[in-house]
Amino acid sequence: MDAPLIDIRNLTVDYLLDKGAFTAVNNVSFSIGRGEIFGLAGESGCGKSTIAYAITRLSKAPAWVSGGEILFDGVDLLQMPEAKLRDIRWTRIGMVFQSAMNSLNPLMRVKDQFHDVLNRHEGFSREQSLARGEEMFRLVGIAPGRIHDYPHQFSGGMRQRIVIAICLALKPDLIIMDEPTTALDVVVQREIMEQVLDLQAQYGFSVLFITHDLHLMSQTCHRIGVMLKGQLVEVGDVSQVSRAPAHAYTRQLWDAIPHLPATARQGWFA
Amino acid sequence: MTQDPLARQKGERPIIALDRVERRFGAVEALRGISIALHPGRALALVGESGCGKTTCARIIARMDHPSEGRLLYRGEDRTAAGSASAERAYRRDVQMVFQDPFSSLNPVYSIDHHLTRPLLLNGHAPTRGEAAGAVEALLADVGLDPAVTRRKFPHELSGGQRQRVNIARALAVRPAVLVADEPTSMLDVSIRLGILELLARIKKERDLALLYITHDIATAAHVAEEMVVMFAGQMVEWGDTRAILADPRHPYTRLLLSAVPDGERPLRRGDSTRFLKIADEVRSLSRPRAERVEQVGANHFIRPPAEAVPAAA
Ligand SMILES: Nc1ncnc2c1ncn2[C@@H]1O[C@H](COP(=O)(O)OP(=O)(O)OP(=O)(O)O)[C@@H](O)[C@H]1O
Ligand SMILES: Nc1ncnc2c1ncn2[C@@H]1O[C@H](COP(=O)(O)OP(=O)(O)OP(=O)(O)O)[C@@H](O)[C@H]1O
Ligand SMILES: [Mg+2]
Ligand SMILES: [Mg+2]
Repeated sequence: MDAPLIDIRNLTVDYLLDKGAFTAVNNVSFSIGRGEIFGLAGESGCGKSTIAYAITRLSKAPAWVSGGEILFDGVDLLQMPEAKLRDIRWTRIGMVFQSAMNSLNPLMRVKDQFHDVLNRHEGFSREQSLARGEEMFRLVGIAPGRIHDYPHQFSGGMRQRIVIAICLALKPDLIIMDEPTTALDVVVQREIMEQVLDLQAQYGFSVLFITHDLHLMSQTCHRIGVMLKGQLVEVGDVSQVSRAPAHAYTRQLWDAIPHLPATARQGWFA
Repeated sequence: MTQDPLARQKGERPIIALDRVERRFGAVEALRGISIALHPGRALALVGESGCGKTTCARIIARMDHPSEGRLLYRGEDRTAAGSASAERAYRRDVQMVFQDPFSSLNPVYSIDHHLTRPLLLNGHAPTRGEAAGAVEALLADVGLDPAVTRRKFPHELSGGQRQRVNIARALAVRPAVLVADEPTSMLDVSIRLGILELLARIKKERDLALLYITHDIATAAHVAEEMVVMFAGQMVEWGDTRAILADPRHPYTRLLLSAVPDGERPLRRGDSTRFLKIADEVRSLSRPRAERVEQVGANHFIRPPAEAVPAAA
């Protein structure tokens, strides 16, 4: 088997609080292969976002990575000098967060936001940035001409797709998506997730997909990890974790999801 | 529900009905011809995407807003215009709201005990503090919280799910006839949503409450509501018996909504995203124009068919 793109070994992250350290991520190990979509599930507060921030070393105080390794292409990100890490962040590891659509600068046309990122990381000229931006707009299903508009002229779902487009414009090897569609309605969610799958097939990047929705995760991921109170209790292929979960907690998570009645017809526009 | 929600008025009178309600905010037509009725012991779910007008309906029913046109009926009386002070008070007592955000709806400086004792005393449901204490315990137990532990706590000492249960208990303390719950679970973790839905369904039955359950998550509607209204862009596009709609959705927008509910058994199709984008856009644009004609497609199942043809894939 190929070496994994990212290999997380015995990661432990504490929050250093007045009353002592709180271990939010406890000795967690998993890896993501090249071109693999890996899902991380678990109830609120189990430590998913803490892992996402640790990978990109964007954890803010009082978070403290107290142990483990994060091997990215064989190199430990945790030991890397900050200057070198800055080259990797965004160009090789992209991130899309739940509220990302609100992170666009309201005062800047979208094309200028593409240029900002592409010029800083790739040294692109305005013409090159515009061409790449238009290409990315086409890929995420927005008319390229609209790249001259401001963020408020787009719907929430479109803004989230624009953030994904900016992230993809740098052609990263790994994209971390932390609840990328939670704030959107299900139709827009399906639009975005189908698009991510198509783009993934085209570009071959890996994805760390974080969501509490096990159904959505099963629809999109190759492998799934389930977390409970800072620990990874189960990792396996989609079919195993969804059909034959090994851990009682995984079963509990499945059962807790309000589901459509069995008589409901769902297969429209399949 | 029928095509005309007031048609059943003779047999069983709704507690509250909206009759052809329009609400405009400047150029925005937030509600277009909304007619719904709330009956004792029954729940109606309002379902639809963000911005389709759900909260605007709730605010009109809670008298926090008024229709631009159309009527609000309360126990058969036209109450579109504000009545006397005492009539308004009686209305507000009878209609209680539970909001989406369990974190901002409780006052951080007061204990849970205070939050529940106050409405009991104010509404004369407990003449003495001693009786109020007993009533508070009964209310907390009723919403699935341990009275002994929860009473003395303050909001910040409770989880989101526990706070939402306190909000429901507080609404029940007033002994309303109508409960309007606007996205009561959308800010809660998935692992505790089902518990809140089951609580709503149970109190509705036990207390003969008329429940308006508002959600963008059509999958939860069936857990609570016998009847459902699917809204799009301020309009009712499909309504009637929940199970009939889910088993045999007729409006393209309802079908689109159902097709997008995540289902672990059906992996998303790869290589097809542009097709789905196009279909979704088509369905939205043909569902947007005002459609006057109502078609009955089942005993209690209605749609407003779009004027344009539906995409072939439907
Ligand atoms: N800045 C912080 N200070 C102290 N504790 C924190 C901080 N950030 C997170 N935590 C705690 O760490 C734990 C893990 O939080 P994290 O945000 O990683 O959870 P999550 O799985 O992403 O949850 P959600 O699904 O709600 O986003 C939680 O118990 C949380 O309360
Ligand atoms: N006070 C107001 N002034 C102007 N426009 C308003 C006002 N209140 C609501 N609207 C508009 O009316 C429409 C319906 O809004 P409403 O809040 O009822 O939607 P909703 O279905 O509850 O959405 P969500 O799921 O996001 O809560 C939206 O286009 C909204 O922007
Ligand atoms: Mg998180
Ligand atoms: Mg709303």
